[in-house]
Amino acid sequence: MEKYIEIVDAIKTFGSVQALRGVNLTVKKGEVVLIIGPSGSGKSTLLRSVNRLERLNSGRILIDGESVTDPNSDIRHIREEVGMVFQSFNLFPHLSVLDNITLAPISVLKKHKDDAIEIAKTLLTKVGLSDKEKAWPEQLSGGQQQRVAIARALAMNPKVMLFDEPTSALDPEMIKEVLDVMTELAREGMTMLVVSHEMGFARAAAHRIIFMDAGQIIEEAPPETFFTSPREERTRTFLQHIL
Amino acid sequence: MKGSPLTDRNSKSSDKTTINVTDGTLIPLKDEGSLLTSWNIAFFGAVLLLILLPILSPDPYLRILSFVPDGLIATFSVTLVSIFFALLIGLFAGLGRISQKLFVNRIATVYVEVIRGIPLLVQLFYIYYALGPLLKLKGPAAAILAMSICYGAYMAEIFRAGMQAIPRGQMEAALALGMSRSMAMRRIIIPQTIRIILPPIGNEFIALLKDSSLVSILAVSDLLRRGREYASTSFRYFESYTVIALIYLVMTLFFSRLVAMMEERLRHRGKVH
Repeated sequence: MEKYIEIVDAIKTFGSVQALRGVNLTVKKGEVVLIIGPSGSGKSTLLRSVNRLERLNSGRILIDGESVTDPNSDIRHIREEVGMVFQSFNLFPHLSVLDNITLAPISVLKKHKDDAIEIAKTLLTKVGLSDKEKAWPEQLSGGQQQRVAIARALAMNPKVMLFDEPTSALDPEMIKEVLDVMTELAREGMTMLVVSHEMGFARAAAHRIIFMDAGQIIEEAPPETFFTSPREERTRTFLQHIL
Repeated sequence: MKGSPLTDRNSKSSDKTTINVTDGTLIPLKDEGSLLTSWNIAFFGAVLLLILLPILSPDPYLRILSFVPDGLIATFSVTLVSIFFALLIGLFAGLGRISQKLFVNRIATVYVEVIRGIPLLVQLFYIYYALGPLLKLKGPAAAILAMSICYGAYMAEIFRAGMQAIPRGQMEAALALGMSRSMAMRRIIIPQTIRIILPPIGNEFIALLKDSSLVSILAVSDLLRRGREYASTSFRYFESYTVIALIYLVMTLFFSRLVAMMEERLRHRGKVH
């Protein structure tokens, strides 16, 4: 399989804090990679660097051969192809569910309004919210909002999806509905980079698990190996805490 | 301080310690249910006086009332034109205040700090008299220029606070969808900001309406000046200024109610749809 995302020697500091201390990671097309690690380990920073919401101090990130980190690259064009889902959903509260989904396809991709609406309706059906197109974000539960957020990202027809702790802000009973959508997406062959501690999702959908600590990748392995026989002591300690 | 309801937003979590003071005018609260609310007493009392006084004593009250409408038009023209330019200046200065470009940020911040540190009356004198030979502006134009520049600074702070009140994730979500920063501003940040800042802007409008009485010193025949003209020819000082005060009161109370209704509607928006 071809390399799709390539992260080379990524270093990022916030003031005196070293968030990323030389991270190397390659994600293949269609691969689902789950990043776990204690808070402050740099996993979100790594994810946010992939579409340049954070700028690296040094190192390179390529998506499908295009450089994200090169200041001269057309980052907006790259972002069109990289969907992102946030912990706090970040739906646009002044727009209806349908407008949330169609805004970027219409204004960024210059899609015709009718086409954008049609795509949005298909996606809403896919995430199980076909009856909510006229609703306002604040009328939806957290799980519903997150599913709209996934639909909004998918409406750009991205080649890769980034998930930054998509279920951390959700009540337990809503986590499953979001994970189901993500699992379905993984089955369809979407390339996914997911920061999450959802072990059920890891087992069901992830091809590879990355364990990060203190700005570095400590260990990576397929889920079954990772959970049953982690090599590193730090990984074992962490797994004991979360399992 | 002007615009304080927004700048105090950090204390919102501890609502009990938040004080809500505006310099526009009294904002009627909805839960004051009865007919004898302070707003009703003040507003209908003033309206009643404005009706009764001319009936009971046409000379001088009816004469005064027929003498001042020109002034009312001048007051409103100055207020409306000034608020328009103040909003325009405020939007750009507010964007400048949150700009990451240091130069732009400095200019906007210095403008806001300088203007807010000088009394409006001094600014009016400055533009009309001190810069008069240079600008060669007539009274009304100088008044509008001074009021726009002055209120623009306060508006800038409202815009800044409003935009900063929008969670950072909104901009990030817009950028992640491939929008440019300016498109995200236009489509995501500013529409949400407007909802938040409409009430404080309404307050500024009321404050500006009142402050517009200051322009009477620049040979602008506004409401106050017309009253003064009548008073100085008829020597009816008490009656003239009573009428002027009542007219201002009716106007500001009327607009404060409008602002309150708007605030109420905005609060429920999204739920009614």
